[in-house]
Amino acid sequence: MKQVFSILMVLIMGWLLVSLVPLGQPTEPGSVAQHYIEHGVEENRGANLVTSVIVNYRGLDTLGEVTVLFLSVAGAAFVLRRRDNGLRRRCRPSSEIVQTGARLLFAPTLVFGAYIFVHGHLSPGGGFQGGAVVASAVLMLLLADRRIHLPHRVMSWMESMVGFAYVMTGLAGLVIAGSFLSNQGVLPLGTWNTLFSAGLIPVIYILVGLKVGTELASLLDNMIDTGRLYPSSEGDQP
Amino acid sequence: MTDLSPSTLYLLTAIALIVIGFAGALIRRNLLKIVLGFALVDTGLHLLIAALGSNPDRTAPILNRESLLGNPNLVVDPVPQALVLTAIVIGVGITALLLAYVIRLYAVRKSLDIREFGRLKW
Repeated sequence: MKQVFSILMVLIMGWLLVSLVPLGQPTEPGSVAQHYIEHGVEENRGANLVTSVIVNYRGLDTLGEVTVLFLSVAGAAFVLRRRDNGLRRRCRPSSEIVQTGARLLFAPTLVFGAYIFVHGHLSPGGGFQGGAVVASAVLMLLLADRRIHLPHRVMSWMESMVGFAYVMTGLAGLVIAGSFLSNQGVLPLGTWNTLFSAGLIPVIYILVGLKVGTELASLLDNMIDTGRLYPSSEGDQP
Repeated sequence: MTDLSPSTLYLLTAIALIVIGFAGALIRRNLLKIVLGFALVDTGLHLLIAALGSNPDRTAPILNRESLLGNPNLVVDPVPQALVLTAIVIGVGITALLLAYVIRLYAVRKSLDIREFGRLKW
């Protein structure tokens, strides 16, 4: 009975979605998007319009979004907090090849992540993508060698400093240009399509990249450590 | 069905993903599979928003060539892409939090069956 009801509800929802979505005709940009496309480059000098929208036009939303990510990571860390500190989980170490390879690839992956978030205003990419790449470098290292643990003090210090710097950048805009996170007059806008351009956009995206990277990395560290919640679970043979 | 344009195909795939995800979340009893269902809904929504802003005649909203600068009709709407970029990160956070709750629930009840957790039902 319940199953039939569930299937019926899902079918109704699918039918509603199909009838709501405009199938067939491609949509044209709305008036706001038209403004971004026509004046985005002259207002921000950033080549990547998506980055301009995220960091400048909707910068406050991005600040809120980073906060949401922080809260969810903090919630997960709270739920998964360790009970038995000092107890090392016993498991078979990875092979020499995996460990050496992970260590070898760690630095290039970090540099690649940094490259992605530094070039967020020029090419596809940005703080969120770069932060995810940085976190994947950390994940690789954590998976290859289970004895490695992230220095939580450093991570939380860095994360809060980066968040603080984000708000300070916004306040600089408020003081100099009269609106929070404004891109006018704080830094010179530079010339379009060069690395040092687009004013505050690369600065903010670097901060976002560092914040997302540290948040996701500490989330992964917390999740990997949950094996300690179950002293006698399977897959835990010494 | 011969005039299926790419954006129609994206939209239909997105709707299929959303429907499959909700079906999984409603019908399955394993908590991990329910989380997986929500993750599928999330992916479907991202694809849906991105596909709504897509246009096969236009290019990505990255104006890094001189020829794109004066022609606003050559690039697609950047707003849906910005929305999806935001939503992906939030989705990761939500999935992580759901998985953390599942891990915690398993530690309490040693079971992943949703029927074991009926205490709050009325």
